[in-house]
Amino acid sequence: MERIPILQMGEFLLVTIQVELSDQVALTLQDDLTERIRTTGARGVLIDISALELVDSFIGRMIANIAGMARILDARTVVVGMQPAVAITLVELGLTLTGVHTALNPDRGMQYLRAALAEEVHGHGRLG
Amino acid sequence: MDASDSRTVKLTTEQDVVSARQAVRQLCQELGFSLVEQTKTVTAASELARNTVTHGGGGEMRLQVVRNGTRRGVRLTFEDRGPGMPDIEKAMSDGWSSGDGLGMGLSGARRLVNEFEIESQPGEGTRVSIARWK
Ligand SMILES: Nc1ncnc2c1ncn2[C@@H]1O[C@H](COP(=O)(O)OP(=O)(O)O)[C@@H](O)[C@H]1O
Ligand SMILES: [Mg+2]
Repeated sequence: MERIPILQMGEFLLVTIQVELSDQVALTLQDDLTERIRTTGARGVLIDISALELVDSFIGRMIANIAGMARILDARTVVVGMQPAVAITLVELGLTLTGVHTALNPDRGMQYLRAALAEEVHGHGRLG
Repeated sequence: MDASDSRTVKLTTEQDVVSARQAVRQLCQELGFSLVEQTKTVTAASELARNTVTHGGGGEMRLQVVRNGTRRGVRLTFEDRGPGMPDIEKAMSDGWSSGDGLGMGLSGARRLVNEFEIESQPGEGTRVSIARWK
């Protein structure tokens, strides 16, 4: 079965979805990412969906699940590059993707992850 | 596809859901739908095709080009002989799922199209028909 590759870059995991997402591929990605966050101790996950032409409630749930699982494993998630037509459709479909941070492009997404991480480190420092 | 004929896509596996999306996308493109119109129609089709497979136990989707004067559009009909729905109103409400879904498929699909009809009989099956005009 098709699998979406997960790249590691320092403390971040990067995923680019370039295939038509069947439900099974989506579920496998969710499991694979959770496992990789656990084994690598990654602190951030960037998911590039710019090639995705559709986000329906199943794919939306997968994205929200990934963000939720990542949070429990102490990692932040950012979804980048959502096509405008997909974003418009999502809103009308009624999905809010609560708890999922989005950014315009990978650069902005990385900025967000670095800032979120720096803030946490800073916060811990003050507590310690 | 010639504008006058209709065709069907069988819906038994989740891979068929992907094929259904592709068939709908292609038809919308042939009709000159804008990208937003295409995306809305394909997303609604994806929700209904998945329901046919997962809740309806499999069935089929029929694609048709429809006309109203000079306007053209697509009509998609999803049909199965599965368990049907005991309470359509409940099934149509935002966030209600009999399984572990988000429960946004039926209600969301209705918002994405211009016409939406649903018929369902417990023990007999379900038919959902949608249309989107250009
Ligand atoms: N083809 C179908 N046959 C039987 N029941 C269906 C069918 N489609 C939808 N339903 C019922 O309607 C409910 C709501 O559907 P939907 O809004 O797509 O949410 P979800 O699929 O996430 O559960 C489903 O949980 C199911 O109980
Ligand atoms: Mg559904």
